[in-house]
Amino acid sequence: MTVQQVQAALPGTDTARSLGGPAWLVERRVAAAERAQTMALPTTDEEMWRYSPIGDLDLARWALTSPPTQSVTDAPAAIGEVLTAMGSTAATVVVRNGHVVLAEVDPRWSDAGLRVGPVAVFDQVGAQGPEIGSVAGVPDDIFTTINEAFTPDPLLVSVPSGLAVTDPVVIVDWVDAAGALVPGRLVVHVGADADLELVEWQGGEDVDALCLPVTELAVSPAGRLRHVVVQERGRRTWQIGSLFAQAGQDASIITGQVALGGQYARTRTECRLVGRGAYGALTAAYLGEGDQTLDFRTVQRHDAPDTTSDLLFSGAVGDTSRSIYTGTITIAPTGRGSNANQANRNIKLDEGAWAESVPNLEIENNDVRCSHASTVGPVDADQLFYLQSRGVPPTEAERLIVSGFFDEPLTRLGNAVVAGRVRDEVARRLLARGADDGR
Amino acid sequence: MTTTSELRIEGLHASVAGSPILRGVDLVVRSGEVHAVMGPNGSGKSTLSHVLAGRPGYEVTAGSVALDGVDLLAMEPWERAQAGLFLALQYPIEVPGVQLIDVLEASFAAGGHDPSVVPALVGAEAERIGLDDRLLHRALNVDLSGGEKKRSETLQLAVLRPRIAVLDELDSGLDIDALRDCARRVEQASNDGLGVLAITHYSRLLDELRPDVVHIMVKGEIRESGGPDLATRLDVEGYAAWLPVGEEPTPEPAPDPYADPFADPLA
Repeated sequence: MTVQQVQAALPGTDTARSLGGPAWLVERRVAAAERAQTMALPTTDEEMWRYSPIGDLDLARWALTSPPTQSVTDAPAAIGEVLTAMGSTAATVVVRNGHVVLAEVDPRWSDAGLRVGPVAVFDQVGAQGPEIGSVAGVPDDIFTTINEAFTPDPLLVSVPSGLAVTDPVVIVDWVDAAGALVPGRLVVHVGADADLELVEWQGGEDVDALCLPVTELAVSPAGRLRHVVVQERGRRTWQIGSLFAQAGQDASIITGQVALGGQYARTRTECRLVGRGAYGALTAAYLGEGDQTLDFRTVQRHDAPDTTSDLLFSGAVGDTSRSIYTGTITIAPTGRGSNANQANRNIKLDEGAWAESVPNLEIENNDVRCSHASTVGPVDADQLFYLQSRGVPPTEAERLIVSGFFDEPLTRLGNAVVAGRVRDEVARRLLARGADDGR
Repeated sequence: MTTTSELRIEGLHASVAGSPILRGVDLVVRSGEVHAVMGPNGSGKSTLSHVLAGRPGYEVTAGSVALDGVDLLAMEPWERAQAGLFLALQYPIEVPGVQLIDVLEASFAAGGHDPSVVPALVGAEAERIGLDDRLLHRALNVDLSGGEKKRSETLQLAVLRPRIAVLDELDSGLDIDALRDCARRVEQASNDGLGVLAITHYSRLLDELRPDVVHIMVKGEIRESGGPDLATRLDVEGYAAWLPVGEEPTPEPAPDPYADPFADPLA
C-alpha cells in the first residue's frame, strides 16, 4: 500500500487525540498519527519483510474498537481457564481487543510497590510509570508507529528496585472482535536488583482481526526478568508484533515465545545488552499448520563488553504452512568479550510445508565468541527408523520425535505450567495430524 | 516362551546405493539358539542386520527372510519388531527429548499390550542390567556413554521380549563390565527361548555369550559354519584362511569412534 492508500485506510489524528489519557500521552499519539500519515506499507524488497505475505495486507479492512461495555465477568470461559491454570499470581490482567478490562494486583505485592495497570493507575498513586518508548525508541516502522498512535490503553508494569516478585504477573490478551485493529502496548520496567516473571497469553476467537502489539522490556542493573508469551490467536487473525528488550549491567532477560495461532503471525524481537555483563536468552517454539505463516525476525545486539546472548528458535511446519526466521547478531565496537549464540532449527512435517532460515552476523570487535546454526529438514530418518525398530508405528514415532524436538525450547521457557500446557497442545495437534492423514 | 520360533534367511542378496553387499546369505536361527556371525570389516555383517530390520537405504535384490513362516521383507520396520524381531544397534541413535519409557509404551500399545506395565518392567530390568535409574529419564541415548547405550539396548530387548534378536556388534564401544552384564542378560533371555544372531568382529563377545554355531562371513556370503571352536581357530589364524588366494581383506574404513583404545590389535 502506498502512502496515499495508508492515509485513506488509517484513522486520523482526530482519532488519536480522542483516545484520552494525560496530555503527554495524547501528544505522543498525535505525533505518531502524523508520522503514520507519511508512511507506506513495507514490501518484500526489504530484507526485514522478505518471504512475508505483507503484500496481501489491506489496512482498510480493520478498525479500532470502542472500550467494551460488558464487565469482566462476561469474559469468555477460556480466559478464566488460563488464569486458573496459572495458579497464584502477583497480578492478573485481562485485555480484550486492546482494552484493559481487569488489572488486579495482590495487596501483598502492591504494598511492596509492584504496579500493574494502565497509565491512570500510576497517576492515581502519583507513581512514575515506565516511560513509553524508552526501549522501543521512535519507531522506524509503520506498525510500531500505528501502535503508538492508536494504542487505547498502554499497560504498564513496574517493579521497584530490590523487590523480588515470587509469583508471576499474568496477562491474558484476548481478541474476539471481527474486523478489529488491536494495537496493544505493554511496557515493563524491572528495577535494579529486582526480579519478575511475566506471562502473556495471547488468545482469541477465530476472527479476522489485525493485532499490532508492541512490548518493551527494560531491566535495570542486576535485575532479572523472565518473560514468556504464548500466541494462540484465531486462525484468521493477523498479528504483526514487536518486542524490544534492554538489559543493563549484570541484568538478565530471559524471553520466550510460543507461536501456534494466527493466519500470519510475526514477531520482531530485538534484545539489546547495554550494560557490562548483561545476559539475554531468546527462545521460540512454533508449530505451523494449514496455510499459516509464522515469521520471526531477531536482533541480538551487544553494545557493552562481556555480554552474553543465547538464542534458540525451534519449530515444525506441517501441511502447506511456512515459517520464516531471519536473525542478526550485532556486536558493537564496544562489545569486546561478548559471547553470542544463535540457533534456528526447523522440521518440515510435510512436502508442501516450507521453512526459511537466514542467520546473519555483524561483528565489529574481534575479541568475541559467536556461533550460529540453522537447520531445515524432515523428521530425522535415523531417529524414525530407530523408534520403528522398537515396534513403534511411523505416525506415532514422528509424533514422539517432534514432541521431543520441542522439549528443549519449552524447558528453556522456565515456566513449568506454561511448558506443560504447550506440550499438551502440541501433542494434541500432532495427534490430530496423524488422524487426518488416516495413516 | 512355549512355542519354537525360527528365523529363516535364504539366498539373501542386498545392495546399498546400487553396490551389491550381500551375495546370497543362508541362515536359520531357532528359539534358544545363539548364532555368531563373524567376519572382517566390509564383509556385510552390519548390512545383514540392517536388511533384516528394514532400515531405509538397503535394497533387497533377491532371496527371502521369514519369521515363523511369515515374510519379514514385506513388512515395515515396526511391523517386523511387532512380529518378534529385535535389532540392537551398533550405534544406538540419539533421540532428543524422547524418553525410553514413552517409546516402549508406544510399542506395547501398537502391539495391543497394556502399556501401563512398562514403567515397572523397565525399572526391574534397569536394576537387573545395572542401568542407573536416573538415565531412564534422560532423552533416549543422549549423553549416554557407550556402555550405558548398550545396557539400554539390552534393557529394551528384555522388556520387548522378541522371539529373535539381532545384535549388531553389541561388544563395540563398551567396557568389560558392561559387556559382561549385557551378554549375561542376553544369555538368560536365550535360556528362556530367545533366538540370537550376534554379529561381531572380535571373539571377546563369544567368551561371554557362548554361541551354538559360528558363521564366517566374507564378501557377503557365509563361507563356513561350525561349532564354537571355529571362533577359537579364527583367533589364531585370522580371517586370511577364508579369503581367496591373492585377495586381501578390505582395509579398515573409518576408525570406529567407540573402539576400545586398549584392545589388542591382533585379537
